[in-house]
Amino acid sequence: MRAKSTFLTIAHRLAILAYIAFALFPLFWLLKVAVTPNDLLYTEGVRLWPSRASFEHFDFVLRHSSFPVFFRNSLIVSGSTAVIVTVLSSLSGYALSRFRFRGKYWLVTLMLLTQMFPLVMLVAPIFKILSPMGLTNSLTGLVIVYTAFNVPFATFLMQSFFDGIPKDLEEAAMIDGATQFVAFRQIILPLTLPGIAATLGFVFTAAWSELLFSLMLISGNEQATFPVGLLSFVSKFSVDFGQMMAAGVLALIPACLFFLFIQRYLVQGLTAGAVKG
Amino acid sequence: MKGKIRSMAYAARHDGLHAIRPPLMKRIADASAPYLYSAPALILIVAVMLVPLVLGVSYAFRDIQLLNPFSGAFVGLDHFRALSEDQAFFRALRNTLWWTGASVLLQFTFGLILALLLDKPFSGRAIAQALVFLPWAVPSFLAGLNWAWLFNPVVGPLPHWLYRLGLMSQPANILSDPQLAMWGPIVANIWWGIPFFAITLLAALQAIPRDLYEAASIDGAGPVQRFLSITLPFLAPTIAITILLRTVWISNFADLIIVMTNGGPADRTQIVASYIFTQAFKRLDFGYASAIALVLLALLLAYSLLIVILRQWLLSKD
Repeated sequence: MRAKSTFLTIAHRLAILAYIAFALFPLFWLLKVAVTPNDLLYTEGVRLWPSRASFEHFDFVLRHSSFPVFFRNSLIVSGSTAVIVTVLSSLSGYALSRFRFRGKYWLVTLMLLTQMFPLVMLVAPIFKILSPMGLTNSLTGLVIVYTAFNVPFATFLMQSFFDGIPKDLEEAAMIDGATQFVAFRQIILPLTLPGIAATLGFVFTAAWSELLFSLMLISGNEQATFPVGLLSFVSKFSVDFGQMMAAGVLALIPACLFFLFIQRYLVQGLTAGAVKG
Repeated sequence: MKGKIRSMAYAARHDGLHAIRPPLMKRIADASAPYLYSAPALILIVAVMLVPLVLGVSYAFRDIQLLNPFSGAFVGLDHFRALSEDQAFFRALRNTLWWTGASVLLQFTFGLILALLLDKPFSGRAIAQALVFLPWAVPSFLAGLNWAWLFNPVVGPLPHWLYRLGLMSQPANILSDPQLAMWGPIVANIWWGIPFFAITLLAALQAIPRDLYEAASIDGAGPVQRFLSITLPFLAPTIAITILLRTVWISNFADLIIVMTNGGPADRTQIVASYIFTQAFKRLDFGYASAIALVLLALLLAYSLLIVILRQWLLSKD
């Protein structure tokens, strides 16, 4: 009996280790190639760590390429999207959480449907609409599009956070003469700060990862976001593996930071409308 | 005469209004409050998603080519006629089934195993959990590139390992092998998607009351029996909803394919979503792209309605 349970414990730990290895190996390899000097890349083959590590690729990418610009553009787009979405979705999430109203069913259905249909089918029409307004090849255009795409999911997420706060709090404030909006702003919002932070994190991560619309809407180098810049770099200089992977490591940094930040809320985030992958 | 009646009516209405003014105004304010709160979000969704959707549907019946200023004419069902003879489209349809089925099934299986492993308390669980969920946070374009590089014999180890295991006659890139290419994006998708299933299933597992297991083991139920008669029935609703939603999501998820293979070699990895994107992005043929999109939408609509109904039903249950 004893031996059997020890065996099960060991098997359990080994299985967990296997999952961790599978999850981390690609990222480890990315880092490994990024720090391998060019002269060792082909000679040392599949060694797990180069005999000599260097940061020359990072140095090149940071100083002699456009990646800092792409990084800044992506930061602007993702940051603005996250802030605007959070403001809009805390309002609409509050409406869904606290009010019973006639249009609610339709609002929820509309928001769920936007999560269902293939966004790729909007690529052409959105391009056609934004183009005469001068919003293609512009970060503003991307922010508008990303904001709309993320609002429904963020609304459900904020709603779930508001649902966790007792109604009596603002009712008490309203009996004392405050309007509902004042109660919302001064009592409910401060209590939802963790939820707001989580929403910011989720939307930032989603906007940071978006690929198809930034490929379609952005063409020049000046306004390119990180995915656009990285993919055009890959197709142009497809032999500079070290530099490509160094750039990849850079793209990973904000994503990992935000991941640590929102880790506690993963379950709530993934089940809110169960959409964002 | 007429003017007099109107002014009387006005006076009456005005008086009435005056008498009930505070409650009426308050009622209007109260009734409009939820709409005011949701208006900004709603306006944005309508302007950026609903309007383009309708416009896209109209494109499906028009000749819209970005580089041709004389295009734009109404062409009726021409695009659909072309589509019905488009072998590439039917291949993309079959590929979509294969891509979605394999990805969802494997993500779910490995996700469920991981959730069960993480459900047991052990020291270091928090850190293990953070590490295995990390792929979820990796941007999809980077996940795609990362796996494309791993499959590349020049810098990646995978072909060499497969070769040494005797699974490959020489270290080659499976992404350029028409028979095997689809496995590249599928493997990347599994890596990227396991955390999603594991996280949702783990949450559902932890909601199962622990005393049920104790009672069952006192009654002599073995681990397999406990899994089948307690764990599975409790997980069933979560499993159903996540798989249904994920199926739609993954069938539309073209990022990995566009990054890793761009639909090639010889359209062997082209799914419908990536085919639409290619038509719009590379050929700039917005009309044809929209026609394909419309067909895809029709296919998904039936499926989506089912999910909305199911969700309502589940919500009304608790």
